[in-house]
Amino acid sequence: MSLGDILFWIVGLMTALCAVMVVVTQHIVRCAIWLLFTLAGTAGLFFLLGLDFLGATQLFVYVGGTLVLVIFGVMLTATGPFIQLRAGAGEWAIAIIVGLLLYGLIAVSWMFADWSKLPEAALPDDPKQMYHTEQLGRGLLGDTSVQPVSALPGVPGKPRAAEKQTGKLQPPPSRQASAYLLPFEIVSVHLLVVLIGAAYLARAKRKRVVAASQ
Amino acid sequence: MASVGLTQYLLIGAVLFVCGVVCMAIKRNAIGVLMGVELVLNGASVNFAAFARFHEAFRVEGQVFALFTIVLAAAEAAIALAIVLNFYNNYLTVDVDSAEELKG
Amino acid sequence: MTAGTAVMILTIAAIVLVTFVALSAIFFIWLERKVAGRIQDRLGPTRAGGKFGWLQTIADGIKLLAKEDIIPANADQFLFRLGPYLAFTGSFLAYLALPFSRDVVALQMNIALFFMLAVMATEVFGVILAGYGSGSKWALFGGMREAAQVVSYEVPMALCVLIPVLVAGTLNLNVISQQQAGLFWNWYLFHDPFTFLAFWTYFTCATASCKRAPFDLAEAESELVAGFHTEYSGLRWSFFFMAEYGSMFAVSGIATTLFLGGWHTGLVPAAVSDWMYENLWVLYVLVSVAVFIAKCWILVFVMMWVRWTLPRLRIDQVMTTCLKYLLPIACTLLLGASLLPLVWHSLLPGWVKLPFRNPPAFPAAPR
Repeated sequence: MSLGDILFWIVGLMTALCAVMVVVTQHIVRCAIWLLFTLAGTAGLFFLLGLDFLGATQLFVYVGGTLVLVIFGVMLTATGPFIQLRAGAGEWAIAIIVGLLLYGLIAVSWMFADWSKLPEAALPDDPKQMYHTEQLGRGLLGDTSVQPVSALPGVPGKPRAAEKQTGKLQPPPSRQASAYLLPFEIVSVHLLVVLIGAAYLARAKRKRVVAASQ
Repeated sequence: MASVGLTQYLLIGAVLFVCGVVCMAIKRNAIGVLMGVELVLNGASVNFAAFARFHEAFRVEGQVFALFTIVLAAAEAAIALAIVLNFYNNYLTVDVDSAEELKG
Repeated sequence: MTAGTAVMILTIAAIVLVTFVALSAIFFIWLERKVAGRIQDRLGPTRAGGKFGWLQTIADGIKLLAKEDIIPANADQFLFRLGPYLAFTGSFLAYLALPFSRDVVALQMNIALFFMLAVMATEVFGVILAGYGSGSKWALFGGMREAAQVVSYEVPMALCVLIPVLVAGTLNLNVISQQQAGLFWNWYLFHDPFTFLAFWTYFTCATASCKRAPFDLAEAESELVAGFHTEYSGLRWSFFFMAEYGSMFAVSGIATTLFLGGWHTGLVPAAVSDWMYENLWVLYVLVSVAVFIAKCWILVFVMMWVRWTLPRLRIDQVMTTCLKYLLPIACTLLLGASLLPLVWHSLLPGWVKLPFRNPPAFPAAPR
């Protein structure tokens, strides 16, 4: 068992345990703290996979941004009885049974899935060699050399077979298609729009008070 | 114990997913439900990341889609919280069971 | 490299870094008192350890260790205990990616800068938890203010950090420092007007995100007793202070690396320092680590100087400064810095030599 494996088991099991604690805990603020550990553990898993950029984004956007927002929401609404809202024992029983069944379903369907249809995974052992941020950046710019095989049509990947047969001159690989750059920008603008919309929705309604007082 | 590969990551992702689903079902606090959604999205991004690492075909796509998931989760949390706060302002409760009127 | 060696190296690096953070906190607390004394026209500590009172912090530390550890009856025990550790962890993790000299860094990362910003963003949880878990109004107010302030100031800070990154073409702090080798006009501070202004904007935001005066609303004594750490005492309280001084040094480290040439003295040409690196490695590392730490200390000193010079803002003024002034300034600077090379290239005739170096398209990862 290598060091990476040991680290994976530690981080992975902690993440899973914290996720279970999110469900089990009744106190809503503690729930948010367990969620914090779950998200941080997920970031740890990303780092273990060698996907540094993803892990740092998870920490920056999710843990540093979204979760602070959620905790704000919790603290603004956690008054008196709402700190601990309990579900009945019968609901718990059903939820646990359904949850276990769902997990079993996912695990079984995974085991019977035919993975041979996917392209062969022949990846180097050391994640740092192949999976650093540079690759993601090149992928965003449409550099096909980082992803030799494409699973989806129209995204970076090997030239199609038809192109190969016609023998047409290939454009330089670094400028072939900026496949994910536009979606990436759209998602960023989307987030900005949503944040403004949310601020508008959640703002204090002063107009009604003014109207009532007049 | 076998060496860690795709399987183990997918199983951890499934744990997160199932916890999220159960959390959404069982929490009565609206923000608790929101936390369930976050867990589900996290499970999905663990799967994306695992495929990005262990399958050549998803090397870039896995990372890009996991990034999209993170950003969309942030957007979703912002909107959901705005709704929850409005609900709290109007009804002074965050119990989802009491949200039964269609017209405010 | 085997797994055992890797674990050993990382453990040693972590121990060295923790020791460094703790020792520099001890030094900073003494320095803060001396600076405050000097500015307020008094002597500061003079008794413990001789004329300059240099043992004062040790004496304070012993006092804190011996103090009774009180947890209020109203407090949420779990969250109350967790808070200080979370704050310190966030502050300490940033050091993993901070390069003290050429290739002297605990963790070689391609995205070191992004990693540092990301882990320092998690520090705020310690404060929120402390505020909530204390079960006291003052602490809760302090925690909420802190959260709002830090989250807001992260935005212009990240935008300012992007400007030298735009020039350098990489997020790798090691590479960014190495690009500024040579004499001091190679520093990104003097690269173009936008980076020059970005440095001051960044430093303002960094001061605010370390919750230092004049932005220390989270612990404003006159309104909130002591803010989020009102209920803390003894060792747990000192963890908050370690976190604060730790993140002060970390943000100064980012500023030094991005704008002030990192570990380069700025006085010798790049060829000389390269020759030293090749032939006198030990000397090179010793000198450059000392230079780096000295630069960071100067920046930390400036933060203290500002703290004891300016009056504290009101909370609404703090938020206005961030959202109405610093954010537009940062956006303008970022836009200007990205347009400048384009304008320079397209408007000026070809014989005007571009003084701005073009970054490599895809900087290679360090080996």
